[in-house]
Amino acid sequence: MSLTEQELATLKERAASIRCQIADVTGWSGGAHIGGSLSMVDILTLLYWKYLRIDPANPAWEDRDRFVLSKGHGGVGHAVVLAERGYFDKAALHEFNETGSMLGMHLDSNKVPGCDASTGSMGHGLSQAVGMALGARVLKKEWRVFCMIGDGESNEGSIWEAAMAAAHYKLDNLIVIQDRNHLMIDGPTEEVMSLEPLPDKWRAFGFETREVNGHDLPALAEAFEFAIAHKGSPVMLVCDTIKGKGVEFMEGKPEWHYGGLNAEQIAKAKASIENKG
Amino acid sequence: METASTLTWTIYDADKMTQREIYGLVLTDLGRQHPKIVGLSADLAKSTKIGTFGDAYPDRFFNFGIAEQNMFGAAAGLAKAGLIPFVSTMSAFASMRACEFVRTDICYQNLNVKIIATHGGMSFGSGGSTHHANEDLSIIRAFPNLTVVAPADTIETALAVKKCMDIQGPVYIRIGRGFEPRIYESEEYGFEIGKAHELRSGTDITIIATGNTVFHAVQAADIMNKNSGLSVRVLNMHTLKPIDQDAVLKALVETRRLLTVEDHSVIGGLGSAVADVIAASGKGCAFNKLGVPDTFCPHGNPEDLMHMYKIDTDGIIETVGELMQRDFEEDEDWEDEV
Repeated sequence: MSLTEQELATLKERAASIRCQIADVTGWSGGAHIGGSLSMVDILTLLYWKYLRIDPANPAWEDRDRFVLSKGHGGVGHAVVLAERGYFDKAALHEFNETGSMLGMHLDSNKVPGCDASTGSMGHGLSQAVGMALGARVLKKEWRVFCMIGDGESNEGSIWEAAMAAAHYKLDNLIVIQDRNHLMIDGPTEEVMSLEPLPDKWRAFGFETREVNGHDLPALAEAFEFAIAHKGSPVMLVCDTIKGKGVEFMEGKPEWHYGGLNAEQIAKAKASIENKG
Repeated sequence: METASTLTWTIYDADKMTQREIYGLVLTDLGRQHPKIVGLSADLAKSTKIGTFGDAYPDRFFNFGIAEQNMFGAAAGLAKAGLIPFVSTMSAFASMRACEFVRTDICYQNLNVKIIATHGGMSFGSGGSTHHANEDLSIIRAFPNLTVVAPADTIETALAVKKCMDIQGPVYIRIGRGFEPRIYESEEYGFEIGKAHELRSGTDITIIATGNTVFHAVQAADIMNKNSGLSVRVLNMHTLKPIDQDAVLKALVETRRLLTVEDHSVIGGLGSAVADVIAASGKGCAFNKLGVPDTFCPHGNPEDLMHMYKIDTDGIIETVGELMQRDFEEDEDWEDEV
């Protein structure tokens, strides 16, 4: 058992709180990519509170683990996680998307403490993560690189260019997480552009590949511990998730890829999250 | 930190080498002094000569296969890790195939990545338009944070590769393919990124050239200065960005006739950069741009193509003749101008 009962309870509570805060910021900002942010919350909570070797007081710590959110439109979710983890004051979240503020739809690594790469255009983050993992090898450093990619994002050719390079260079300090929420802007991934058999594709590209429920914290913990211990090749964790997870009226609805929330909807979203917690 | 000036490399065989070969040697030398330099190629290690670095430092050299987008993204990641990537591929692929990765991953994050873009302009003549880069300067000049340099010959290539280490940020160095004629006799002529170098002084007209056209500008000026009684100034505008505004304005005021020459489209490259400076000055002058017109040019011998578009010695002389005839200002009084 990778997680104690106490850890599990605390992580669940944290994840629920993060989901509620994402709903708040979506309201304050006038609109945000809430669906794909909610789908990745459990994974990020586990990473940021258990597995990443980081120091929020020293975001530029050279030996830290790196986390690259290749699906950069999850910026609102990532921003809440970073604030909650203590990288910056939560007051900044109130100014999300505002002109001149530190935080916007896609996080800027030169502005946001704890953000290791500027992303937003699809299919860029994994390449940067490959470079960071290679860099650790050149510099003889022990840091690990965790990179989350989207499933819609996996239509991009550059994702597969990066996959080839990661396997070619046997980057076992690179762990890629696929937020497999099955939806993109125009509808289900398999209707817009078929991805399946997705895990087999990653296996064929040379990744040690595991499939896991992206909302099952104990299962995710076991997957991460496997991935961290694995040597000789990069690892892909295909995490089965639900877009809009936690908010009943958003779950599995492509129209909640991006949206705004009024006060009533925020209250309804929070009630839904807390009921499920 | 050791600086470029402590290098021991000298200009041996510079006459016999191409810009690419010089680049490979200089980078290998730099690699000895800077353990954080890494080399990246996309299946063009031999062609771009970065393979010389790879042979010397196999642990710091990465071939990414024919996948330029990923290579430039990975370069950004390597720079984020604290390394100094030198990334080599052809200009056409650096500026177009991998355009957004250069712009968003490298320039937006202002990362310390050095891009050595070979086969600039029509220098890969027989390759045709798929392998010509007549648009690269136009595209990448618009990227904030990026310094853009097009060295004139082998010696200037060596200097640019060394000096780009002094810039904390992305640099694009555009070189050619073939045996670009040598202009400089030594490295001691005061090369400085961002500062045009005056190769010939003159008061009647200024030819502003960059990259492989500088040689032709010098040849043309020498012929005209000797035979036609003209006093022709030549500026080697090796740095396209930031453009040396002072040198352009000085030439504008002192010669009042300007001609730009580049192995590149007339849209958006050196000519456009100089035109911007002239327009903003509010001063009238006779001005023309030599370069590739708004067209895809045929494949062929690079020298033939340069002749076709008048970016060689003959074409420059002819165009200078036309510019000298142009009546741009009846009133010689500059004081009434803004």
